[in-house]
Formats: sequence, structure tokens, C-alpha cells
Amino acid sequence: MSNEVSADYPGAHAPDRRRIVDSAGVALSVAEWGDPDARPVLMAHGGFDFARTLDVFAPLIVAGGWRVVSWDQRGHGDSAHAELYSWDADVRDAAAVLASVSPDQPIPIMGHSKGGGLVLHLADALPHRVSHVVNLDGLPSRRNMADVSERERTRFMARELGAWLDHRLAVADKERRPDTIAGLAERRARMNTRLSPEWLRYLVTAGARHDADGWRWKLDPSLRFGGFGPWRPEWQLQRIPGLSVPFLGVLGMEKEAMGWGTRPSDVTPYLPRGARFEALDGVGHFVHIEQPHLVSDLVLDFLGTPS
Amino acid sequence: MNSLADPVVLRHYHVRLALHQVRVGSGHPLLLLHGLGEATRADLPPYFDEWPGPIWGLDFTGHGASSVPVGGGYTAEILLADANVALAHIGEATVFGRGVGAWIALLLAGARPTRVRGAILFDGPGLVGGGTEPGSSFVIEAPAAAGGNAKLTTPDPFAVAELARDVRPPDYAASFVRFSVEGSDLPEPITVSTVARPEWLVAVAAEPGVADLPVEEALALYSSSGSPSVATT
Repeated sequence: MSNEVSADYPGAHAPDRRRIVDSAGVALSVAEWGDPDARPVLMAHGGFDFARTLDVFAPLIVAGGWRVVSWDQRGHGDSAHAELYSWDADVRDAAAVLASVSPDQPIPIMGHSKGGGLVLHLADALPHRVSHVVNLDGLPSRRNMADVSERERTRFMARELGAWLDHRLAVADKERRPDTIAGLAERRARMNTRLSPEWLRYLVTAGARHDADGWRWKLDPSLRFGGFGPWRPEWQLQRIPGLSVPFLGVLGMEKEAMGWGTRPSDVTPYLPRGARFEALDGVGHFVHIEQPHLVSDLVLDFLGTPS
Repeated sequence: MNSLADPVVLRHYHVRLALHQVRVGSGHPLLLLHGLGEATRADLPPYFDEWPGPIWGLDFTGHGASSVPVGGGYTAEILLADANVALAHIGEATVFGRGVGAWIALLLAGARPTRVRGAILFDGPGLVGGGTEPGSSFVIEAPAAAGGNAKLTTPDPFAVAELARDVRPPDYAASFVRFSVEGSDLPEPITVSTVARPEWLVAVAAEPGVADLPVEEALALYSSSGSPSVATT
């Protein structure tokens, strides 16, 4: 095990190894759980998360004989804060980590939420590098905006636009607000409403740093929720039917602010032939954190025994 | 040949933006936004001769005399924020955009409708963008010659590659026209002066409140539209 210091949480294990991957000059902190010689599975975390949100889930996949490799996305966790952030940059970073894990053989890739979108993009762009795709509550839908009128949507966009530009004007001098461990956990609970206080406090010790004036999330202060842009969910959905490798999609059916509110009927028309799909009643957006045993069993059954 | 004086350096997060005063003057300012891969030029085309006020030119992130970020990650939204930083420095201004700068001028007019006193959209590199929806998936790798460690120069190859893929749905473009028209007291706060008309620009030109004029007439239209006597030396 590594010498990273963490609070205790039942079933949680810090990564066995950490290393750095250079992605066009941006230092990405890579985390690995499991035997270094075991077959790898790559996993991408969701937006505003970090690799160590897998501290319970990854060891369960390792118990199935796999090695789990994840990384802190640029600006997240222990990876470098970049000057710019974009989808294309995140995809490039993911490809750099993938190349560092398996430069020639295809391997399984998994992702949660935004990470699920990243692995879909990777599988579509680099089909020769991917053997399986697992998407954990990362299938988009227009549903969460379906009951909002066009006029309200337009007003919302105008407000977001102004707020984002104001944020960019002020961000040069911003830093994350310091707090106690419990204070940071309480703030995160507003967005992670279904996760236990004990887990959130554990996350603080992994995803925040302890400065003289308190704990601060390591997340780049230039990153913020919301935003605007031309992106549309259907663009991502259209990538799915053409996937040529086995696909497992998992949805949490409890609606949460961080999720899409996607229903099975939104995505089943897009699933490739032979795909596996599980909709989990009573489970929220963080399916692998809320129900790590259930979801890891699904994943291990889907991946099979590493050869 | 004219040369540019030292620019004003503005901070946009960790990026240093170069804002050039291309021409001094007293009156309503004009902000120039260059095309993709270009930079602010000292030698202005003759159609700017009649502009009475100061003329500023912004070098976008990764272009001209502005700094180059490590590892790419360019978006139109970041260039919009660049332009907003420049506008915050200059004050109310008419914005003239070439190519990708035309797209950014449109976004800025919609985002800051009371501060943009007319946006002129003109031909130039990056006008088309990446089309109305994304093409096939691919990974934009580090430029081969750079290998991630080469000296950072402008224009940043990441900027050119990533911004050339910038997706511009026509209805998204039209929404910025509506923001501009709703918030501006000018009857026609946006003017299309391009010869080329990609789909987003066709949609813009069709919106109420958008003029379709040659560049000389567009500049004349807005030259007296700003707050009077904004003196800049």
C-alpha cells in the first residue's frame, strides 16, 4: 500500500501506487489498485470528483482479479491545475493515461457520470484500444430540462452567461474557501445528498489539502458548476449504437442534482445490439459509491475473469 | 511598415492577454478581434481610416503576444471570456471580429449587450468553425513536433486544432442575437459584413435587429453610437 494518509472508512483502501503521466505538459496523477501484473481496467471519475472516490469500489474490482487504473482529471485531486479546460483536453488526457496503461492491447474502460461520457468518446475515437465499455450513470438525456419552457431556458442561459463571465473576471485571485473536515463534508453533501457524512468526511481527507488556515478542496478554483455552450445530449447518444465492443450501461433511478435524470426509455433505443443495461431502483447518481457491492458484481459479471 | 507599441497586459486567470492600442484617438472605441491563428496587426485596412475613436486589438489566448497555456483546452467560451476581459478594460466599445473573432463578437454582443455598441462580423480564418454538430470522434493529440515539451509559441497548434472544431448550431447563434437585441438600445446591434455565410451566419443574418451591410457602412453605422468623448491616448 502507498503511504497516503487517510481517515478510516469501512472497506476503503487508498491506491496501491501513484504515478504521473504527462499529457502535453499537464501532470496527471494516476492511481492504481491491485497487482501490478494483473490485467488492467481503466476508470474515469465524474466531474468535480477525483480518483480516490473509488477507494471502496476499486478494491472490489481488484478482488475479481483485475488491476484498476484511474487518474485525477486535470484540475482535480492531485493532478496539475491547467490554464484551460475542455472536453477535447479531457479526452486527450484520458488517451494519454490509456496509452500509459496499455500501449497496444485493448482493455476495458469504465466511467462514472462525466467519466462515462469520456469513455464513450474514447471507445468511439479509438475502437482498437478498447475491449469493453462500462458506463455508470453517465448516459445523458434532455429529461432534466424537458419541463422547462423555451423562454425560461433562454433566461437561464443568459443568467449563466453573465455569471460565468463575472466568474472569469474574478477568478485570477480566487482560491477555495478553507474549512474544517466536517465543514467541507457538509458543503459537499449539498451536491452529494445521498452519500453518508462518514464517507464525505473520508473524501475530504483524500480530496482536500490541509493548509494552516484549514482544509481546502484541491480542485482548481477556476472550475465551477453550471456554464453554457452549444453541447446537446443527443450528440453523445448518437455515438452509442455504433460501439463495436461489449457495453454495460447502469442507471441510478433516484434523481439527483449531479445526474441527468435519464430514464431507461431515453437511452434504450440507442444501445448497441447485445448491450447489457441495468436500471437500479432506489439508487442515486453515485451508483458505485451508494451500492459498491451490487455495482461491482454487475461489472465483474460483465467483464468476466481476466485472462 | 507600422509596428505595434508594447501592449497593455491583462490577466485572464493564469493567461496574460496582450491588448494593443493600434491607433490613438478621442471618441468611441473600436475593439478588433482577429481570426483563428492570426494576431493583432499594426497595418489596418483602409476601411478603418474613418473610424474617429481609438482602435484596440486583442490577441486571444495562445495567439500573438498573449501567453500560451500548457496542454491546450481551447473553447470559444474561453475566447469570449478573453474578449470580456478586454471590454472590461476599454469600456463600452464597438467590436469588429474576423473569422473566429466574428463568432466571438456575436457571443460578446449577446453576453454584454449594453457594453457592446455594435458588433461587426467579418470574413477571416475560423469563420466556419466545426459545423452545426460534432463530426466523428477523434483525439486531438499533442503536436508531433512539440512532444509536450517544445517551446510554446503562437499561434498555439492546440488553439488552431481545437477551435477549428468549435461547433456552432444555428439556433444557438440566433439566441445570442436575441440577447443582444433585447439588451441593447441600438436598433441593429449586430451587422453581418461577410461574403462567406456558413449556416450559423445565415441564421444570424435572418434575425430581426441584424443589419447586412458592407464593412465601410457598418463602421459608419456604429462610429457615433457610443458614449461621447471617451478619451484615450
